[in-house]
Amino acid sequence: MIGVLSELSYWQVTSIRVGAGLVAVLLVAGTLVYAHLFKMVSFMQSRLGPMEAGPYGSLQLMAEIGKFLQKEDIVPRRADRFVFKAAPFVVLTSTFLLLVVLPGGPDAWFISNDLGIYLAMAVSSVSVIGILMAGWGSASKYSLLGGLRATGQLIAYELPLLLAVVGVVIQAETMNLQEIVLAQANGEIFGWGAIGNPFIITQFAGFIIFMIAMQAELTQTPFDMPVAESELVTGYMTEYSGLRFLLFFIGEFATAGVFSAIAAVLFLGGWYVPGLDPADNLFNVIGPLVLFGKVVVLTFLVFWVRFTFPRFREDQLQRLAWKFLVPLALANIVVTGVLKVVV
Amino acid sequence: MTPAGVLAAGAASGDLFVAQNVFFGVIALVMIVSAIRCVTTRNVVHAALWLVLVLAGAAAQFILLGSEFVAVTQVLVYIGAIIVLFLFGIMLTKASMGDDDSVAGEKRLMAGLVAVLLAVVMGIALVDSYSDTRVVIDEPQRFAAVSDAIFSQYIVAFEAVSVLLLAALIGAIVVARKE
Repeated sequence: MIGVLSELSYWQVTSIRVGAGLVAVLLVAGTLVYAHLFKMVSFMQSRLGPMEAGPYGSLQLMAEIGKFLQKEDIVPRRADRFVFKAAPFVVLTSTFLLLVVLPGGPDAWFISNDLGIYLAMAVSSVSVIGILMAGWGSASKYSLLGGLRATGQLIAYELPLLLAVVGVVIQAETMNLQEIVLAQANGEIFGWGAIGNPFIITQFAGFIIFMIAMQAELTQTPFDMPVAESELVTGYMTEYSGLRFLLFFIGEFATAGVFSAIAAVLFLGGWYVPGLDPADNLFNVIGPLVLFGKVVVLTFLVFWVRFTFPRFREDQLQRLAWKFLVPLALANIVVTGVLKVVV
Repeated sequence: MTPAGVLAAGAASGDLFVAQNVFFGVIALVMIVSAIRCVTTRNVVHAALWLVLVLAGAAAQFILLGSEFVAVTQVLVYIGAIIVLFLFGIMLTKASMGDDDSVAGEKRLMAGLVAVLLAVVMGIALVDSYSDTRVVIDEPQRFAAVSDAIFSQYIVAFEAVSVLLLAALIGAIVVARKE
């Protein structure tokens, strides 16, 4: 840990980490909603977006949160009360657990061990249970259909997501995200080490597969059949209002941020910027900001696609996953493995 | 793994793992209650959700033992895949809200019998094999150690299981596609 942190007792370090986790989820989710959902899409559509609350509408989000908190927390009469009420928390738990493996600097991490990306892939699948709970617990056909669609999609795209990561793991020779960052920072491209070796260059196919699968995992357009508003109202979220809808909403954008952060760590060098020594203590301060900058760039891509493409049909979605992404990811693993041994 | 094993591990490294033992008890209690609710509830979806708690508890126990790989695999395979398939199948076919009395059929007696038999056999096997063994946990198990063991010592078993899974996969496709 950082010099200062090592002098603190266990509970103090733990509270700092919990606080950092909350900031990383809420602040990132808020920034993404404001910068991308409110402003970026507005500019793309030649309008101003929210302008009234705060300078350039920057406090619009606070107003929205206030609005949601005031709304009545409605539970449908035939709904399964406990399952219905617990579902958003299960989804949000998965988001927080994903965050745990992310490194923010040479000493600024939550956990740094072999679990790494394996743990991230495991806990990301827990959110499916929350979505199924929401879909079934609502006692509504729209919710149930949305939940089933979401599950089918999340299962189908978890495979290419995992397989895309394997190429990076082979190249970095570790599943520890911190060491994956260091492998990129200390790497060389044919003996030229000025920018390290960000894996987006050697694992470009993996990066593309990861971003597509991530788009589907986040159920963003063109993969938003689970919440297709013209057919299913808002899918598994249909019956939710007030605080619980807000939780789903935060979960959606926080997960977009965390997944983008994982992509940034795997393919863009994480908290490292070229030209500095990766062991520099400076990175404990600017590292999280660098990572956040990369997250903003990657989420920009996610939301750009979201607001540009029309929705896939269900069979097109499954065909893309099983007949294109999975074979491509497997080929990428074979090529990476052979090159790893040969070169 | 028994609490005695964890205790002995603490004693071996010089101090008693108080926190580990407390959490072992708490998690074990949650697991037992969930397991009982899983088989007594009359709603199939509720049973699957109680099972999630049991499996998550098992993953937590593995973490207390320092077997992180097994714990994460438990979450990935059982909670992330098997339970999701359970729920998916239940909801795709018949997912009634409220209680379903047809769940409590006459199969209960047989199921109880099998459960008791399994508990007795496994209990005797465990006590017989490990009665005097003390498991010492000095540090978390490393991933590299797990993979080294799988791909050297247990390579034959690993390959056999892979072929078995492939056979099951092809069998499932053949059964599903009969025309």
